[in-house]
Amino acid sequence: MHVMYFTEQPMSAYPADIGLEFGATALMFSNKYYDPVAGSRLYNEYLEQYIYAEEMGVEGFMLNEHHNAPFCMQSKCNIFAAILAAVTKKAKIVLLGNPLPLAENPVRLAEELAMIDMISKGRLVSGFVRGGGQEQLANGVSPAYNRERFEEAHDLVVAAWTRQGPFRWEGTHYQHRVVNPWAVPLQKPYPRVWIPGVLSKETIIWAAKQRYPYIALNTSIEATKNIWKLYDEVALEMGYEAGPQNRGYLQQVHVSDSEEKAEKNARQFLWMQGEFTGLAHPVWSSPSGYFSPEHRRQFVEFAVGRAESPRGRPTFEKQVADGRVIFGTPKTVIPKMRHILEETRPSIYGLWGNDGNVSNEDARTCIRLLGQEVMPAMREIGKELGLTDPFEADAPVHLKYSTDLKQMPQAAE
Amino acid sequence: MAAGTEWTRSEIELAGGKVHFARAGSGRPVVVLHHDTGSPDRLEFYDALATRFDVIVPHHPGYGKSERPQWLRSVRDVAVIHQWLLADLGIERASLVGLGFGGWIAAEMATMAPTALHRLVLVGAMGLKPPEGDIFDQAIVSYLDYARAGFHDQAAFARIYGDVSTDQLVEWDICREMCFRIAWKPYMYSQTLPHLLGGVKAPALVVWGDDDKIVPRSAGELYAAALPKARFEIVRGSGHCVEMEQPEALAQLVGGFIAEN
Repeated sequence: MHVMYFTEQPMSAYPADIGLEFGATALMFSNKYYDPVAGSRLYNEYLEQYIYAEEMGVEGFMLNEHHNAPFCMQSKCNIFAAILAAVTKKAKIVLLGNPLPLAENPVRLAEELAMIDMISKGRLVSGFVRGGGQEQLANGVSPAYNRERFEEAHDLVVAAWTRQGPFRWEGTHYQHRVVNPWAVPLQKPYPRVWIPGVLSKETIIWAAKQRYPYIALNTSIEATKNIWKLYDEVALEMGYEAGPQNRGYLQQVHVSDSEEKAEKNARQFLWMQGEFTGLAHPVWSSPSGYFSPEHRRQFVEFAVGRAESPRGRPTFEKQVADGRVIFGTPKTVIPKMRHILEETRPSIYGLWGNDGNVSNEDARTCIRLLGQEVMPAMREIGKELGLTDPFEADAPVHLKYSTDLKQMPQAAE
Repeated sequence: MAAGTEWTRSEIELAGGKVHFARAGSGRPVVVLHHDTGSPDRLEFYDALATRFDVIVPHHPGYGKSERPQWLRSVRDVAVIHQWLLADLGIERASLVGLGFGGWIAAEMATMAPTALHRLVLVGAMGLKPPEGDIFDQAIVSYLDYARAGFHDQAAFARIYGDVSTDQLVEWDICREMCFRIAWKPYMYSQTLPHLLGGVKAPALVVWGDDDKIVPRSAGELYAAALPKARFEIVRGSGHCVEMEQPEALAQLVGGFIAEN
């Protein structure tokens, strides 16, 4: 099992009541409420928490990025990745991930990632995401070409990592006279790519076609099983059998030394009014062209307030009941983890330990108890259940490096 | 008025996609180019023009009933397709009436064929960077709020759209996606168009609603200054969608202008 520590790195020092009154805390909630003194303190606390997580034995640091919103302070995951590459020794640096469509120059992104891989001595896992709707608006990138840009930027980054330069790139969204980066990844053929996601089927299908592990982000146990079902079907079409090494799962897991304290802190997972990414305005989180046309009818009704959000806004109790939020002491959490691992069988597991206004002290207690008690138990359960991770299995980095395909599929790119 | 106007609806294959257009009336050819929110099938303004002219209302490629060409990348591409449509229909010396976003398309069409037009009418036209203010960004408001912002008087909005149907919302979403495909950045204007307007030979009428919350009036004044033979008119009691809010006043203004020799 590959167990990672994750936090959204909340910018918790903002007036939540004003955010609530404004009605949407991603994109347009004014940064006049941003306090850089608190920001400086929090960045340093979060860095130290990641470093502490390595001391406590995590296999990976999971990092992400978002823009224009208090729910996540990390506006460029490569920055924390670069710092952790230099100051830590063993844990993988797992970016879940860089939003590819936002890149105006994917070659530069390929260079940054290659630098992180070399500085960390080959510890980079380079996940890629489409980025939320707000991210497109915050960065001035048309949501209508989001998926096309995602796929082409991926192809260009991988080409920059694996093809000898100089070469020329004449794509639809990217054109480069000379691709010849003097920074290439240490890991060969290239750093592992994992693809996180929440809802869209297209991304699951795409990940399965590449043979990239798919990381289900904070989905319910039932939804996660449905994701694996689709992934497994596509995998078979591509000629391989998917299993634990293709599956990752991120869940909100807070442990403390008492049940009461654990519950109190776990309620902070809903600190942004219960929304995954803060209180969202529908046309900002899903601008036209961003979502799949098959959901258009359902979405437009939601956007004008005539229908419920497709993602729903489940209560804390509901999220606890369907396995999205887990809390307790190590003693009560470990059986819950066993249940989840048995039900969903991932080999990559992200422990989203702390959110909102959990104090630095409580966050560190959580990390310590996860590292000393919960993770060792998870590893044992993982062994018992055969949850072999991609590193242990030496799984191919991409479908095209497979040696076990039943039939060679067409268009593996 | 003119409730009995007979509109025929046709489509024609152009540049790899079907372009839909409605046509009615007889006389001088007048092409009406619709907003970024598409167009209702019938409007009083269209009927009024059709009592005097041969009126053609195409749906822009990717909007309304016209298919989306996946390759289409710019508003100038749309203008070329509409020129192609006129050529295939054998229409010469057309007058163009561009509404909002359609005004931008009309202005592009005029610059690419400076002597081909009889008259150019721009109503609340997008396409130029307003010297003062910005073109209202639909990306940050819902479909309903954007459509409503086009009106000075919400009663006029209700008269046209009633209780907005889900079909209408879907159509607005498709239109919006198309705008994001071809006019995302810079948003709803061209940086080169102002330098090209000087070549337009046709007399032009630039019309603005006195309460246009979508395109600042300064953009209209810039059009009127940049087009060699232009006149600027304000319609009172109107927002951006002058043809929906003051159809009679606009039809009179436009009809008189196009009928001139």
